[in-house]
Amino acid sequence: MEHPLILQMQGITKLFPGVRALDDVNLEVRRGTILAICGENGAGKSTLMKVLSGVYPHGTYEGKIIYMGNEMVFKDIKESESAGIVIIHQELAMIPELSITENIFLGNEIVKHGLIDWDAERNRTVELLERVGLTVDPNTLIKHLGVGQQQLVEIAKALSKNVKLLILDEPTSALNEDDSANLLDLMHGLKSRDITCIMISHKLNEIAAISDAVTVLRDGRTVETYSVEAGHVDEDRIIRAMVGRSIENRYPAHESNLGEVIFEVSDWRVEDPNNPGRLVCKNSSFFVRAGEIVGFAGLMGAGRTELMRSIFGRNYGIYLGGSIKVRGKEIRVTSVASAIRQGIAYVPEDRKNLGLNLLDSIRKTTVSANLRAILRGRLIDLEREFQVSEEYRRSLNVKTQSVDHSVATLSGGNQQKVVLGKWMFTEPDVLILDEPTRGIDVGAKYEIYRLIHELADQGKAVIIISSELPELLGITDRIYTIFEGNITGEIDSQEAKQEKLMRMMTNTAGSESKAGKDEKAL
Amino acid sequence: MKYIKKILGGGLRDYTMVIALVVLTIIFNITSGGKMITSSNFQNLISGNAYVLVLAIGMVMVIVIGQIDLSVGSVAGFSGMVMALAVRDLGLPWWLGVLLSLAVGATIGAWQGFWLAKLSIPGFITTLGGMMIFRGGVIWISKSISVPAPVELKVFGAGYLPEWGPTFTGMNNSTLLLGIIAVAFFAFMQLRKYNRSAKLSEKTEELWAVVGRIGLIGVVIGYITWIFGTGRPGTSFPIPGLILVVLVIIYHIITQRTTFGRHIYAVGGNKSAAALSGVNVQRTYFLTMLNMSMLAALAGIMFVGRSTAAGPSDGSGWELDAIASVFIGGAAVSGGVGTVIATMVGGLVMAVLNSGLMLMGVGADRTQVIKGLVLLAAVGFDVFNKQQGRQSIIGRVFPGKRK
Repeated sequence: MEHPLILQMQGITKLFPGVRALDDVNLEVRRGTILAICGENGAGKSTLMKVLSGVYPHGTYEGKIIYMGNEMVFKDIKESESAGIVIIHQELAMIPELSITENIFLGNEIVKHGLIDWDAERNRTVELLERVGLTVDPNTLIKHLGVGQQQLVEIAKALSKNVKLLILDEPTSALNEDDSANLLDLMHGLKSRDITCIMISHKLNEIAAISDAVTVLRDGRTVETYSVEAGHVDEDRIIRAMVGRSIENRYPAHESNLGEVIFEVSDWRVEDPNNPGRLVCKNSSFFVRAGEIVGFAGLMGAGRTELMRSIFGRNYGIYLGGSIKVRGKEIRVTSVASAIRQGIAYVPEDRKNLGLNLLDSIRKTTVSANLRAILRGRLIDLEREFQVSEEYRRSLNVKTQSVDHSVATLSGGNQQKVVLGKWMFTEPDVLILDEPTRGIDVGAKYEIYRLIHELADQGKAVIIISSELPELLGITDRIYTIFEGNITGEIDSQEAKQEKLMRMMTNTAGSESKAGKDEKAL
Repeated sequence: MKYIKKILGGGLRDYTMVIALVVLTIIFNITSGGKMITSSNFQNLISGNAYVLVLAIGMVMVIVIGQIDLSVGSVAGFSGMVMALAVRDLGLPWWLGVLLSLAVGATIGAWQGFWLAKLSIPGFITTLGGMMIFRGGVIWISKSISVPAPVELKVFGAGYLPEWGPTFTGMNNSTLLLGIIAVAFFAFMQLRKYNRSAKLSEKTEELWAVVGRIGLIGVVIGYITWIFGTGRPGTSFPIPGLILVVLVIIYHIITQRTTFGRHIYAVGGNKSAAALSGVNVQRTYFLTMLNMSMLAALAGIMFVGRSTAAGPSDGSGWELDAIASVFIGGAAVSGGVGTVIATMVGGLVMAVLNSGLMLMGVGADRTQVIKGLVLLAAVGFDVFNKQQGRQSIIGRVFPGKRK
């Protein structure tokens, strides 16, 4: 089946001061199909979509955009939208305090006699929500919807604008498995309504599942475009094209060297601070050995992050009970500072909002969690600060010209390396990593994995929370599963299969659990 | 141009506000027929603005943590009045009055810090309340009447350094000594930094650039010393100015070289990230507010000393001058950015504007308008530069602050 072309982008070149963000990029999309665009962070995917949607107006780039047979010269987003091109950004752009209806028609209100026609808007909203398979009251405020539902509202909003070409920038990056599957189904369904989709994605399995063609960008250039046949995609080929080299194994080989149990949490109970009476951790008990990498698997909202943050100096929730032992000695941690002093480090999942002060330089960030180590008298020793940050820059291979540069100038992968360096400098016994590779490209992921292995080889206890099951299976020694605040199982990574893990993550029965002591948590 | 750049140790852009300050001074000197750059005008400029600059030191820290303090004027007035009343009515010695006043400032700061840190009431609201409470308070306790201040205090508000030593120097020898110390200190710090960076194999600059910089600053300090030192007999670099310089040095070190200073920037830059790095956010809030009100009390004392009496409307509107100095100095409204040194430059720009316009005979009405426009222009310029993807220019006025 040969569809006609709906969009051709020819020879697109976009310059930023000092950087060639896009260099002669060519892109073709056939009508009624789904095109996946992939590439490492910084490859130019988002820039390309901004050129297409008019965020960068005609004249600020070179090249041609031919859409439905005509050359397009968009001045701004409004013009591209009226032509039927709608972009949904990774960070959803809706107003939490307004209702679904108000958000859908924001800037596009149905007006009668100078006033908003609420009835018409609501009726149309109900109709639109039905099309995206969302059954909620159109008067519901956005803030009361889950991320998955908000994503659907965004699509409904796009539909309200008679979208012909829908661009989704990493649509499932914040969604759990169910919502992701749901969204992908919906995208598949849009094809039959003659809506074309461009999807930017890192997730190769999604690309395999729904896209008809894949275009790979690297360093601002189109590297490869090929069609995907019947749900089959050659992942290795895409990865090779993305990184420009072959990664035989996405997870580095590692021989773990397990020591004694050095970190033990027993009967940990935490209450939700916003919802009295609701427990987010119900008698959780687990342990980690020296040199061991332990994974925590669970769906979004299962309480993985909450558990770890409450352990990390009660940074989250209301502590009800439970004990922590480091190297066999019970410790009391009532603040983050005391947790750090007693050898616990926690690298949060949300790098930009929780992990970094984007105003700081690399050198200030590196020492920020352990200023005591570089004090001379009562003053910070700037020489030591420089030496330490320079040392970590070299050993972690952070790509930057100078440690005096702001962390905001780094790519996601390099930012994550700086954050890891910051926590390594606190010399922890226990290192908790919450989604350490989220939003990081394939090449940098490999480096982070190697680093995690190195840390384990130094005899540290490493805990990893991840939503990507292959990642957990690839780098951990042992995995705990969490469901609704309970630890529902424990499994050796060698024996584990994704399906089995998924069952444990969605089932309180915990029948797969090996460790008897986890049963009492139920 | 290349050589100038190397001597300054950074791009010319880093010095925008300093250049603006110098240019403004020269322009006013021309338009006022040489009345701007004179000993007495410089002396007045410093002692007449020192108290606002003291407030600005505290204010930049408050703004860096992402808050604002509207109460400083009222607190300064209230603390000054407490001192004057304690000395007059309770018969306390003047120094005890000063200590009492500082203690009152600290207590007020603790009160406001409590509302902000413990109850999470935004600083804007907390200190708006404080502004009303303590303005009302000063009128109440003074019964709306000015109270004479102990004469010993005059030295803090309008005093000069002593005269001593030989007369062949042709100027006030205390001022000369200060100038020599300043140049020597600057040269020492520069050379030490040069030696260290050479050892660290950091990108080292050429020795001639360092020497050139020392020479340049030496000439500048020398010239300023000469102006301050050659006034009427009995005058010198003013004592309030000396207090200010000492405070600037102390607070520059606190903000740039101590853990507390780092915590201030961390909390202002990203509160959640700071908390997850082990920073006690509440404590940082509390101490910053406490410090601010103590400095406000000190500013109040200096002002009372200068005007020889504490009045019920002392301090009205000071908060706005202090806040404007901070923002002209390149601080960010959203917090996390701003330095003590740059704030001082911002404050001096305001002071020179005031003084220059007055010398030109421009009325207070039009002076206000011009000051408002300058504030907008300075902040607008800074925002524009940030949008160009560069770092805050004015925030990097001096290379001492590494970003």
